[in-house]
Amino acid sequence: MPEILDQARTQVLENGVGLDEAGVLAVLNLPDEQLPAALQLAHEVRMRWCGPEVEVEGIVSLKTGGCPEDCHFCSQSGLFTSPVRSVWLDIPSLVEAAKQTAATGATEFCIVAAVRGPDARLMKQMREGVAAIKAEVDIQVAASLGMLSKEQVDELVDMGVHRYNHNLETCRSYFPNVVTTHSWEERWETLRMVRESGMEVCCGGILGLGETVEQRAEFAAQLAELDPHEVPLNFLNPRPGTPLGDRPVVEGKDALRAIAAFRLAMPRTILRYAGGREITLGDLGTRDGLLGGINAVIVGNYLTTLGRPATADLELLDDLKMPVKALSATL
Amino acid sequence: MTTSDAATAAWCDRCGEAVAVGSHDGCAAARVLEPPRFCAHCRRRMKVQVLPVGWAAVCVEHGEIRG
Repeated sequence: MPEILDQARTQVLENGVGLDEAGVLAVLNLPDEQLPAALQLAHEVRMRWCGPEVEVEGIVSLKTGGCPEDCHFCSQSGLFTSPVRSVWLDIPSLVEAAKQTAATGATEFCIVAAVRGPDARLMKQMREGVAAIKAEVDIQVAASLGMLSKEQVDELVDMGVHRYNHNLETCRSYFPNVVTTHSWEERWETLRMVRESGMEVCCGGILGLGETVEQRAEFAAQLAELDPHEVPLNFLNPRPGTPLGDRPVVEGKDALRAIAAFRLAMPRTILRYAGGREITLGDLGTRDGLLGGINAVIVGNYLTTLGRPATADLELLDDLKMPVKALSATL
Repeated sequence: MTTSDAATAAWCDRCGEAVAVGSHDGCAAARVLEPPRFCAHCRRRMKVQVLPVGWAAVCVEHGEIRG
């Protein structure tokens, strides 16, 4: 057994204290033959500190495309020659999407908009949309609308949005290579305000943007410092027309190493499978990740790309004897 | 794209290039996990809304398709 896994067994599994940056890096550098042991330990940590339940979420894009920011991975930036056009979702369709999500057994429904931050029109659409969902659908509503002012944070709380997603995307040292129209620190400031408001903080990122393994460890440590309620873990799905459109997909074993490492850095967080897992891990790898630290999934489609059918994920969870977290357990 | 649509498609609905020129096997493989982006009849970029279950794509000339 590698020394780092022995250390993690005591520190993380028994005492609930996450690995630091050096420890995460050691896990990320484990040889392939040690990967099963790392995943097994990460699974034990997840079971010990989070339990067997899996939180299921659906997401929908309220406002697609035409974003003024230049996040190099994103097909919704208006600055690249992506084929994605700008489109708004009307409120009846938003409510229908929430119903579709609830029908899968999901307890979370996240409304997302491709914006730098919300303007008055978007906040009005949110207010009306969240009210309509709450009137008709039994599901928790989360939001992801970019960078917020304090007033907007308070308004979202007032609407009943219980969790706010704002990904740091990558570590602080690599962020300027990925985004130049705003800073990592600006994102951090929004996250700070969200936390202070009492909303749950959801913050993760994307692996495979060109960051080094050391920067992957740096990112895990920075997320651990933030201590978010949820960490969505995406793997780059290179999008045509974006600056990262020709990047290779993350190797499956590297993705699994990262899942184990992020779990060992954050033993109590909700660690969610998000975009890109289908092409990075496939069906078998998806199963391995659920047995290696993951305890939440986005089911169904993503914002501009498609996912596995929700039934495929739900059957897998059933097969793994992992119960879907009930709505009552989230209230 | 339906089978009947494919039979009459002039343009690849993923990359927007002519279906008769070059291979679009990669596009077809990618389309398993992507909605269409270009109208297969006129090559216009479509307005596409992805939903938790399914998608809808609208061409200003040829109307809406769903998947």
